[in-house]
Amino acid sequence: MTRRALSLLLPLLCLAPCGAETPVEKANREKILLIGNASDPKSLDPHLVTGVIEHNIIRSLLEGLVSDDAYSDTAYPPGAATSWEHNENYTEWTFHLRPDGKWSDGAPLTSADFIFGYNRLLHPDTLGPYAEMLFFLKNAEKFNRGEITDFSQVGVSAPDDYTLKLTMREPVPFLLGMTRHYTWFPVPRHVILRFGKMTDRFTPWCEPGNFVGNGAFVLKEWKLNDHVDVAKNPLYWDAANVKLNGLRFIPAENYYTETRGFLAGQLHTTYQLPPPLVDKIKEECPQYLHQEPYLATDFIRVNVTRPKLDNPKVRMAMSLAIDRKLLCDNVLQGNIPCGTICPNLGDYKPDQIVSFDPERAKALLAEAGYKDGVGLPRFKLLMSSTGSRGTVEAIQAMWRDTLGINIDLQPKDWGAYVSAQQKLDYDIALAAWTGDYLDPSTFLLMWTKDNGNNNTGWSNPEYERMLSEAAQQADPAQRLAIFKKAERMFIEDQAILPISYRGRNYLHRPEVKGWSPLLLDNHPWHTISLEP
Amino acid sequence: MFKALFSRLIQSLLVLLVLFTVTFFLVKAMPGNPLNREKAMPEHIRVKLEHYYGLDKPVLAQYGIQLGRYLQGDPGYSIRLEGREVTDIISQAFPVSFQLGVLAMGVAITIGIPAGCLAAARKNGLIDVMAMSIAMFGICLPSFVIGPLLAEFFGRKLQLLPAFGWDAIDPKTWILPAVTLGLAYAAYLSRLTRAGMLETLSQDFVRTAKAKGVPGWKILIRHCLRGGLIPAVAYIGPAFAGIISGSLVIETVFQVPGLGRHFIKSIETLDAPVIMGVTMLYGTLVIVANFLTDLAGIWLNPRLRKSS
Repeated sequence: MTRRALSLLLPLLCLAPCGAETPVEKANREKILLIGNASDPKSLDPHLVTGVIEHNIIRSLLEGLVSDDAYSDTAYPPGAATSWEHNENYTEWTFHLRPDGKWSDGAPLTSADFIFGYNRLLHPDTLGPYAEMLFFLKNAEKFNRGEITDFSQVGVSAPDDYTLKLTMREPVPFLLGMTRHYTWFPVPRHVILRFGKMTDRFTPWCEPGNFVGNGAFVLKEWKLNDHVDVAKNPLYWDAANVKLNGLRFIPAENYYTETRGFLAGQLHTTYQLPPPLVDKIKEECPQYLHQEPYLATDFIRVNVTRPKLDNPKVRMAMSLAIDRKLLCDNVLQGNIPCGTICPNLGDYKPDQIVSFDPERAKALLAEAGYKDGVGLPRFKLLMSSTGSRGTVEAIQAMWRDTLGINIDLQPKDWGAYVSAQQKLDYDIALAAWTGDYLDPSTFLLMWTKDNGNNNTGWSNPEYERMLSEAAQQADPAQRLAIFKKAERMFIEDQAILPISYRGRNYLHRPEVKGWSPLLLDNHPWHTISLEP
Repeated sequence: MFKALFSRLIQSLLVLLVLFTVTFFLVKAMPGNPLNREKAMPEHIRVKLEHYYGLDKPVLAQYGIQLGRYLQGDPGYSIRLEGREVTDIISQAFPVSFQLGVLAMGVAITIGIPAGCLAAARKNGLIDVMAMSIAMFGICLPSFVIGPLLAEFFGRKLQLLPAFGWDAIDPKTWILPAVTLGLAYAAYLSRLTRAGMLETLSQDFVRTAKAKGVPGWKILIRHCLRGGLIPAVAYIGPAFAGIISGSLVIETVFQVPGLGRHFIKSIETLDAPVIMGVTMLYGTLVIVANFLTDLAGIWLNPRLRKSS
């Protein structure tokens, strides 16, 4: 029997001789970084996409005015621009482009390419879903809405080929960080126009073989659901210091599959480690485990238009009954308990407004007229079918045990989940928000009355007045102080119940050098090296 | 013969039309909007995008437009994968699913049919009990359990085979997905083969052959195999259509870039053009496979040949 079993295994053994090189070892030799990237990009056209997955790839192919720093979120190394200055109240910024900047086909990179990019994204016919990232530019929103048709009225101009002047609608002291987002990147005007009109949504300009970029890498191959390969760009301004020969982005959607692939030597870094595996990895191979903060917050969205939930005391009681530390220690491994929505952002340190306080929670609920939950209906907790079931089940138990509130879980497919929130067709919903740039406005602006991401029914004119006041404030310290007051007002009303600041658990090989924790997770590909 | 073929063709076209119509209206009945994003886009852009994709038209008008496109052989563009033609998605993913399906069916036939024959030949013996127990095990144990176990053992622990990934020209990447996918089908095939063979073995001509002193193996292979395989062949046709149009579980567990993942993703994101494209392809494959199965059945069964 043993002999038979061996004879069955023999062909397999022949296929893989002992000591065969793993994909990672081969990639180390060839200086190719193998990266788990969660899913296939929707597109590589920076004006048609909105996601992090696409950002990871696009920022290897295109470079903005300033570059990413490998060790700091708030350091701004030069990118396509070598220097910049702004006026006293941060409403006018001037960027000086590098005169040796080139596209990967050798064409010179000029300020016209940036202006063309902003024109294309903002043009009403392009239908760019993320055009609002540029609304900080003067008249940009009006142009995008079609209220003005002359692009020269938008706050962007080029005094010469290598100078770009941006005029903002309000003081924007955090502009440098924003320009690292792909919506602010230049696009190759000469290539896009070769394949069609400026506003044509679908042309083959960003296909392999056609894509021309100014980043450290060029697009080599894109096999759907398999991989996106980029290779070193010899015409990149800093090509001499780019240590990798290429990157391979692998869209491993199943994080268990991705983890297995990493441990089998097929990846240098994973996109995410499933929380249930954290303890096992800590035990078996802690050298690979990375647990780092990330610019995102998990919370529970409340539909404040629903009877009973329209009472702030009920919402606050529910919030005070959540033991966030217990949740983070046991379910959301790597996350940090939080009592507000905005994480610490350098100079901005928000107050932690709510924390676990069961006695106060019970008292508040009784004050609201629902002692021990009597009189409250069974609320439904909406979640996406891929959401954390452990989190909602734990919260369900906490509310039942502490307050006597019973809830039912309501899992829905992603599309139905988003749609239900947008239509306010839910009671409470498990949700999250990821910041786009390092400024509290990325977490606070969405809670205004008509914002498409609010989805709570909550609004407060005083809150909106404060946000407007902050927007007009030129002094950065004053501006942040107003944001802090506004955030307190929002959280004290508990239209959302904060849970935790998101942590990123992932696996990463030690031979990848030039990689350190970054809140936005934008590791600059051009400074990374492989040193086995 | 031609009349029968023509009639079959007309029936197939009608089935495809019904499939198209039912799928279209089911997709439209699903809650949500294909333009939903995690971060909502400005309302004025959403309205224009709905117009761009024709989502603001009455459902019947959308049906007419979509049907017209299909009649011209143009399934349109994906909404999720911005600007990507449905034909492009299918032409990239289907060959992978096809290759995996053929290999898996090869595994299933290689294991399932001999196991079924052996079990029938040794009815109620140790081999029969063992083969059928293993088959029951294969049927009951889903591939999302077998797949990760194989990947963990051969991929991670022994590092003999890749734990994930697919390369059309590297056989090492085919083995684990094809074996995992093929095992469940092998289990079904062995049971069907056993049943078919047992029925054939109980026929009078077998008794006559035995009386004449024909060796057992000769009776089994020469006299019974053709008839005994009829149930298995009837199963292989439709199963083959299913297996080559993608398996979500296998594709997810082994990171295979096949059609199944596109199909599920398109359903999750209400990407109607991709849902329709893949469904119509699947429908066509089932019809063709059934037709070929019928032909094979006629070839195997002389009585059917006469009646047809």
